[in-house]
Amino acid sequence: MRFEGLARLGRGVIGALERLGRAHLLLLAILGGTGEVLRRPRLLFDQIYNLGVLSLLIVGVSGLFVGMVLGLQGYYVLQQFGAEESLGIMVAASLVRELGPVVAALLVAGRAGSSLTAEIGLMKATEQLSGLEMMAVDPVRRILAPRFYGGVIAMPLLAAIFSAVGVLGGYFVGVGLLGVDEGAFWSQMQAKVDFQEDILNGVIKSLVFGIAVTWIALFQGYDTVPTSLGVSRSTTRSVVHAALLVLGLDFVLTALMFGD
Amino acid sequence: MSVESDRDVLVRIRGLHFRRGPRVIFDDLSLDILRGSVTAVMGPSGTGKTTLLKLITGQLRPDAGSIEVDGEDVLRLDKAGLYRLRRRMGMLFQSGALLTDLDVFENVAYPLREHTDLNESMLRKLVLLKLEAVGLRGARDLMPSQLSGGMARRVALARAIALDPMMILYDEPFTGQDPISLGMLVSLVRQLNDAAGMTSILVSHDVQETASIADYLYILSQGRIIAQGTREQIEGDDSEPVRQFMDGLPDGPVHFHYPASPLDEDLRSPGRRR
Ligand SMILES: Nc1ncnc2c1ncn2[C@@H]1O[C@H](COP(=O)(O)OP(=O)(O)OP(=O)(O)O)[C@@H](O)[C@H]1O
Ligand SMILES: [Mg+2]
Repeated sequence: MRFEGLARLGRGVIGALERLGRAHLLLLAILGGTGEVLRRPRLLFDQIYNLGVLSLLIVGVSGLFVGMVLGLQGYYVLQQFGAEESLGIMVAASLVRELGPVVAALLVAGRAGSSLTAEIGLMKATEQLSGLEMMAVDPVRRILAPRFYGGVIAMPLLAAIFSAVGVLGGYFVGVGLLGVDEGAFWSQMQAKVDFQEDILNGVIKSLVFGIAVTWIALFQGYDTVPTSLGVSRSTTRSVVHAALLVLGLDFVLTALMFGD
Repeated sequence: MSVESDRDVLVRIRGLHFRRGPRVIFDDLSLDILRGSVTAVMGPSGTGKTTLLKLITGQLRPDAGSIEVDGEDVLRLDKAGLYRLRRRMGMLFQSGALLTDLDVFENVAYPLREHTDLNESMLRKLVLLKLEAVGLRGARDLMPSQLSGGMARRVALARAIALDPMMILYDEPFTGQDPISLGMLVSLVRQLNDAAGMTSILVSHDVQETASIADYLYILSQGRIIAQGTREQIEGDDSEPVRQFMDGLPDGPVHFHYPASPLDEDLRSPGRRR
């Protein structure tokens, strides 16, 4: 009786470790399907379209609003120090370094990750995955691998679009509405945003997020309990885990990249 | 049965043990499936017929025992070997297991596209012939969600025979078929088996239809084979469990119920708390 709680804790920890192990084995199997993806690029293009192109609208609109808010807030703060000319660099750096990769990843987890999990989970629940295995088609290579690479390729592109649209949003608000000098806005941005420091690090971040989000989504679908409730739970877990992991990874990556 | 030479046996199962949690599904099961035969596996719902098919095809692994298909030890095969073997097996799932995002034509074409280099016109001919065989050539443009259960299973059958396998495993192909399609399917199973030299394992509850085409029958109950033989042998068998099953008698040694405590005891107990 007294050890009931302890036993439950132990079971929970062992269960989590087992899941972690299965997730890594799945990732290995997916990477083993790389050759197949290269041999049939059509499968990959379909997924880049599915996960990337179809996420464009939400990513673009969100980027615009985030950029506009940055323009407003940045202006009010900078203006107190008479530094509103620096608005361009402030907006661009925050977007490229942080908000682009992070917010785009969160949006993709919600829009594309959840649908990946539900798709794979339902295929498992309706025995479609077993059916493929019986046709001697490996579902991990045929179904999961193209989706994985599709997500990983789409993510940095979406983050870049998010940042670019965001900069435009900041420009409309800062230059268009609040009257920041247009020349200063662009020239400071051009002078101070560093390719290696800012752009490259942002791309690396969103690549890492792309791997994390797609991996979690595919694992949650593949590992689902094959019932309605099971698929619904996995879908929720897919978004929650992906969001937490993205934010945690962002801290770690930022500390590694910008701390000295 | 045991006098058959090794070459004639396509599937050989020895000492098979399998359990799901605490529930023993197979307890020392041994059976042979002869090459070129239609072998029926019958038994009450929940005895493990589907499980047996999944064990034979390597989708599940037994706790003990050996399973050999065409001379290959299924349990020893690595993934590539197992997939090579499965290319020569077709399985008709109880649920159909069609790919819901592809239409009927593409579902049947799928294994051909995956495993052969046929050109498009050749592929189209093959697919249409397979669909014609199950009477669904006209349904080629429908999506799986637009099919009835019985139609979906027939499409799945067309897909299972697309690669002309050496063996086909049917999991209840006759369920949900109207009398006409049923008659058609029954003769199709026999015809495929004889014309293409296939071996068929047929799991079914339709005692009469199954017995009419099966060369050999196994009746499973509670993890064991309770009877086996040709149709005549089974029909002549007047042991109680066999008669109960073949004649559909509600009461007897074969339990219709999933194991449970006595009903009156169960009704009197307070039940689970919510
Ligand atoms: N995934 C599973 N987890 C646990 N137990 C299972 C699972 N699948 C099946 N079983 C159990 O295994 C037993 C055999 O199931 P199986 O599906 O093989 O029966 P069956 O003979 O095909 O029945 P039916 O004729 O109704 O299709 C059943 O008692 C079932 O409760
Ligand atoms: Mg079954």
